[in-house]
Amino acid sequence: MSTDQTTVIIGAGQAGGQAAASLRLMGFEGAIHLVGDESAPPYQRPPLSKAYLKGLMERERLFLKPLQYYQDNNITFHAGVSATSIDRHAKTVALSDGTSLSYTKLIIATGSRPRALPLPGADLGNVFDLRTLDDIDVLKPQMQEGRRLLIIGAGYIGLEAAAVASELGLQVTVLEMADRVLARVTSPVMSEFYQTLHETHGVTIRTGVSLSKLTGEGQVSAGELKDGEVIPCDLVLVGIGILPNEEIAAEAGVACANGILVDRDAVTNDPDIYAIGDCAHRPLVHYGRDGRLESVHNAIEQGKIAAAHICGKPRPAEDVPWFWSDQYDVKLQIAGLSQGYTDYAVRGDPTTGSFAVFYFRDGALISVDAVNAAPEFLTAKRLIAAGASVSPDEVTDISVSMKDIMAKALAK
Amino acid sequence: MVKITYFDHEGTGRDVDANVGESVMEAAVRNNIPGIDADCGGACACATCHVYVDEAFLDKTGTKEAMEESMLDFADGVQENSRLSCQISVSAELEGLKVTTPESQH
Repeated sequence: MSTDQTTVIIGAGQAGGQAAASLRLMGFEGAIHLVGDESAPPYQRPPLSKAYLKGLMERERLFLKPLQYYQDNNITFHAGVSATSIDRHAKTVALSDGTSLSYTKLIIATGSRPRALPLPGADLGNVFDLRTLDDIDVLKPQMQEGRRLLIIGAGYIGLEAAAVASELGLQVTVLEMADRVLARVTSPVMSEFYQTLHETHGVTIRTGVSLSKLTGEGQVSAGELKDGEVIPCDLVLVGIGILPNEEIAAEAGVACANGILVDRDAVTNDPDIYAIGDCAHRPLVHYGRDGRLESVHNAIEQGKIAAAHICGKPRPAEDVPWFWSDQYDVKLQIAGLSQGYTDYAVRGDPTTGSFAVFYFRDGALISVDAVNAAPEFLTAKRLIAAGASVSPDEVTDISVSMKDIMAKALAK
Repeated sequence: MVKITYFDHEGTGRDVDANVGESVMEAAVRNNIPGIDADCGGACACATCHVYVDEAFLDKTGTKEAMEESMLDFADGVQENSRLSCQISVSAELEGLKVTTPESQH
């Protein structure tokens, strides 16, 4: 491959970092510029709301590669710099430090940002997001035993933070607008399990409640509900979803619709521009539709896919989407996407702390939530990938092992 | 520093200086060892850091916990000496450790 090519990657998260490393592994010999608006090199985000928040992991240990790696592999890492605009005709990217970079291929890996709390008082002190290493470094010293923490939003991020905070001895209250926790992403049986788990650990979960504002003098001191109830607190964490950082692409005329639209090779409507990770809206080949995935698996996979396409290599495998969440001593592993399920079946007894929920759409297995149940998770990934199916009756029969269920389904 | 050699499925070995306290997976990822992707970053959630441990070191790498045991049960090409490298903590005892990555991870 010629050395006069330049790939510019904007966004130095898990996806951008993967793309840079994969380009070099796949033999790309041209220049690589990795532009990131944070000071740290690409790092793992999942531990931020888990081990790192709890103080069990050092900062450097989060880095996907040590800083030296970028120098050793001739990857120019622009730390603390963001891209401000793309000129598709000149094939240049303008940066916040006033300079610009020319590209032959551009990879947009700008990720996502927390949805801002659209309420009065959201800008008070001690109101935190949970997204970046810097967010956590500011929050962590405030997580002191006995303090009252109010968490807005009972999604995975909010609940993971609730688990850590309760283990650190804070008094935790979680507010959720929907009538159950994790309502947007999972079934009622899972919501009930997680609500009970948190309540057992002393966390107060309030569902079906609407916050009207945060109040305080300089620092937040309470949340006020629509019905006038006041919940005193010392700290607030906001976890109400994330939005794709697609603006820089849209302004340059790259097609967007809830994310930057890409094909299976992560190519946008401009053949020299790719989009990967949280900001990309991609084909979901196992589901016959498109969508945006907010996950480590997606960031890594699309980073490899874009690198392979640039290097003229075959497209790496597209895996069944998967996710995980650690709360207390409970490991949740999710295979596939359950949105649009028409039926579900529970394997095992949730009160034992180990069970799995299988989701079906019109008879086909589309997803599994596995709670402390690795065999169910791994089996489901394979079955969904193979397009094989099992019936609700088969999976609820715990006298048959997952290995046998899988063998039978794959032989059909 | 503890020396670890990672062999790929074709027998090519790469030496790494690992730090005491990090995992055998982390030392590999830091040093760009092919065949150890570790997608989940060490959460024992993905089974992409599967290695075969040299028999002489099996006792020194500790015992498998239930989650690792059941993840491995479903990994490709699993053997008696299979481990998830994210679950092996580097200690001075492991000086000279040899591990091999399975073909399915390349």
